[in-house]
Amino acid sequence: MAYIIEMLNIVKDFPGIRANDDVTLQVEKGSIHALLGENGAGKSTLMSILFGLYTPDGGSIRIRGETVRITDPNVANELGIGMVHQHFKLVHNFTVTENIILGLEPRKGLMIDVRKAASKVAELSKLYGLDVDPNAKIEDISVGMQQRVEILKMLYRDAEILIFDEPTAVLTPQEIHELIGIMRRLVEEGKTILLITHKLKEIKEVADTCTVLRRGKFIGTVAVKDASEARMAEMMVGREVSFSVDKGPAAPREVVLEIQNLCVRNNKNLLGVKNLSLQVRRGEILGVCGIDGNGQTELIQALTGLAKIESGSVLINGHNVTQLPVRQRLDRGLGHIPEDRHRHGLILDFRLDENLVIHNYGKAPYSRYGVLDFTAIRKNAERLIEEFDVRAGKGPATFARSMSGGNQQKAILAREIDRSPEAFIIAQPTRGLDVGAIEYIHKRIIAERDKGKAILLVSLELDEIMDVSDRIAVIYGGEIVGLVDASKTNENELGLMMSGSVRKAV
Amino acid sequence: MAAKTEKAAKGRKVLIPLVAVALGFLLGSIVVLLTGKNPLLMFNAIIQGLTGINIATGGFNPRHIGELVIQAMPIILTGLCVGFAFRTGLFNIGAEGQLMMGSLAATAVALTVKAPTFVHVPLILVAGMGAGALWGAIPGYLKSRFNVHEVVVTIMLNYTALHFNNWTILNVFTSVDRVKTAEFPTTALLKDPWLADLTNGSRLNWGFVPVILAVIAFWFILEKTTFGYGLRAVGFNKDGAKYAGMKVDRNVVLSMVIAGAFAGLAGAIITTGTFSFGRTLSSAEGYGFDGIAVALVGMTQAPGILLAGLLFGVLKSAGPLMQSAGIPREIGGIIQASIVMFVAMKLGIERILDLAKGKRAAKAALAATADGVGEVGV
Repeated sequence: MAYIIEMLNIVKDFPGIRANDDVTLQVEKGSIHALLGENGAGKSTLMSILFGLYTPDGGSIRIRGETVRITDPNVANELGIGMVHQHFKLVHNFTVTENIILGLEPRKGLMIDVRKAASKVAELSKLYGLDVDPNAKIEDISVGMQQRVEILKMLYRDAEILIFDEPTAVLTPQEIHELIGIMRRLVEEGKTILLITHKLKEIKEVADTCTVLRRGKFIGTVAVKDASEARMAEMMVGREVSFSVDKGPAAPREVVLEIQNLCVRNNKNLLGVKNLSLQVRRGEILGVCGIDGNGQTELIQALTGLAKIESGSVLINGHNVTQLPVRQRLDRGLGHIPEDRHRHGLILDFRLDENLVIHNYGKAPYSRYGVLDFTAIRKNAERLIEEFDVRAGKGPATFARSMSGGNQQKAILAREIDRSPEAFIIAQPTRGLDVGAIEYIHKRIIAERDKGKAILLVSLELDEIMDVSDRIAVIYGGEIVGLVDASKTNENELGLMMSGSVRKAV
Repeated sequence: MAAKTEKAAKGRKVLIPLVAVALGFLLGSIVVLLTGKNPLLMFNAIIQGLTGINIATGGFNPRHIGELVIQAMPIILTGLCVGFAFRTGLFNIGAEGQLMMGSLAATAVALTVKAPTFVHVPLILVAGMGAGALWGAIPGYLKSRFNVHEVVVTIMLNYTALHFNNWTILNVFTSVDRVKTAEFPTTALLKDPWLADLTNGSRLNWGFVPVILAVIAFWFILEKTTFGYGLRAVGFNKDGAKYAGMKVDRNVVLSMVIAGAFAGLAGAIITTGTFSFGRTLSSAEGYGFDGIAVALVGMTQAPGILLAGLLFGVLKSAGPLMQSAGIPREIGGIIQASIVMFVAMKLGIERILDLAKGKRAAKAALAATADGVGEVGV
């Protein structure tokens, strides 16, 4: 069968690093081809080259057998290449149709012919089974629907090659299931799909072929039906990976973190968390799962002091911290791995060593009489880099911005674990990370539990919640609608509670 | 390799303003050529302004150095003022007003307090700093408490300061002369005949000592103290700073207070150093806007601001020298403006540097492969 995309011996250099080193990617027409690799493996660079965002330093690209030079995204569009970005690029107070036609509006005289466009959108939506309302406003539809709008945008532009960049990162299990159906449908209609991901389960489920990259190098291309998940993981990481999280039974003791009748307002000034009560004990991990936007963010921010608490109380070891500012909560034994590591977790323009003392810079040995001791700060960074295997090109002097996502997260983890917090709030610890890093982070979280820490784990990844937690609380509409034992539940039961249709044992 | 790129990144940071300065002078030269004059006369005037040496005649006059310092002092301080706020993520357009308030407070202390010089002068400087700090605190407080944008508030406070200054001088410290107060007592002055003699009768005064201390303080506070660490964190990422438990609102106010103090100090130095009386002003004198330019060209770093302040100072002080050489004195302003423009075109300059470097690298790579020692991978 003919290759629709051939990227041959691609080389791309960035200052100090070769992001793509002789990478070859050949995609058959009408197939779903997965591109697998850890963070920093060069997947995004390769796709950016294909999409015209970067020009390669070596190698050639052939589309439908013809050698092409993709100098900018417009060229890519003309070649029928479309990209569904991980972060959607939609105008929120526009309708679905308005978003889709943005940039190539059909005209009737001086007016935009919205009706004609809407009917074309509806037609496409029907053809591919997308079920999108062309006249709905983006702000009123779910994340899964927004993603379909992005897909429609590509189809409207007659894209034949669709690049999906980590498409399932923002979806619920049910939505993922539907997306997989849509992808199959697209291929049936003759489209070609390039799927960037590090989730092996999805590759196994949907892809035909899989190309693996590791540290910028091409490792191999395999037929998915012949390769096991373990085999692909090994290709990606370069060593054997254990999938099951190794953990002994929990030995919960007294309550450390107690949340009583908590109410918190969200940014729309409505109650985002309603009358929520939870107890986390020493030596256990309580997982909070739910569909994005059901009060998780408000809960985390209220516990950590970033958002105002409307009513109710938060106790750490019996001390009421409800009204305390962030710093004093931290001093009372609170630890926090924030869900957004760029916005909250790090000062990206600070060096790694400066980031690692962000809570403690005011204390000895990092400062004396208000003057920073950079030797002590650097030594601290060297110690944590060593202990937590943080990979940073220039060691302690690396700017956080230039580190990979996995290493940024490891740095945050190192900083927080090193503070040895009693009540540890961990939010989305592995979002966007690869299997190697996920394995490591899960191991460290469980080690903290075994050291006798009380851990509240909030995650949108159901697998993560089920693997790591001892007990699971399901949050829906700002309320806890279920509280179950992790060993006595399953994906189905949790999924039903997450959608609000079942309540259990609160 | 890693150390090399880091060095390169640092070098780049210094290189961009230098390229901008070079391009600014190039553009100035072209304008001089267009007016039908010899650009070398312009450079001669600038070198004379900087060193006191007239290359054309071989003469030396130290007065020019003194005048350069006089021109540079206030804009270095307003540069520090703007730069300090900027490092905390604030755009302080109010250096001018903060400077005027400093100058007014200095006038008040100079005229009302009777003390020996070694008490009187420090008191005046501290009063100037205090008034500037207070004037800076207003937008800082409004920003942190009510989220009012500091640009709007500082612009309005510039006018408020101007008219408050004029009203106070006219109504409280009146003298026969409607545009200025009575002369200050000699105990209040930064002037020193010894310095004037040393520089052949220039207006040079002891003001440069607090200016140097201010540059050091700027660097020390921001780079070395826990307080500065917090300010920089707020400047880069407010949410991150909040998460880390820093008092973001307090830091915003304190940053504006310190920024205002720098500008207030400039006001005090102008009033008791360059002049010896309080003045009414018909309009703003432009120190605040020069400060923005200085901070920008100096990349908001202490040494950069010092150098940029001296550069813009010499462009000002060389104005009369250019004029006597038959070159319009506005050329200095043109050069200053184009330097700022080129610094703002940072990305463009980086692009040019990349291209230049790319060509060199390509040549080097070609030479290397010819020798059979091409670099493979990383």
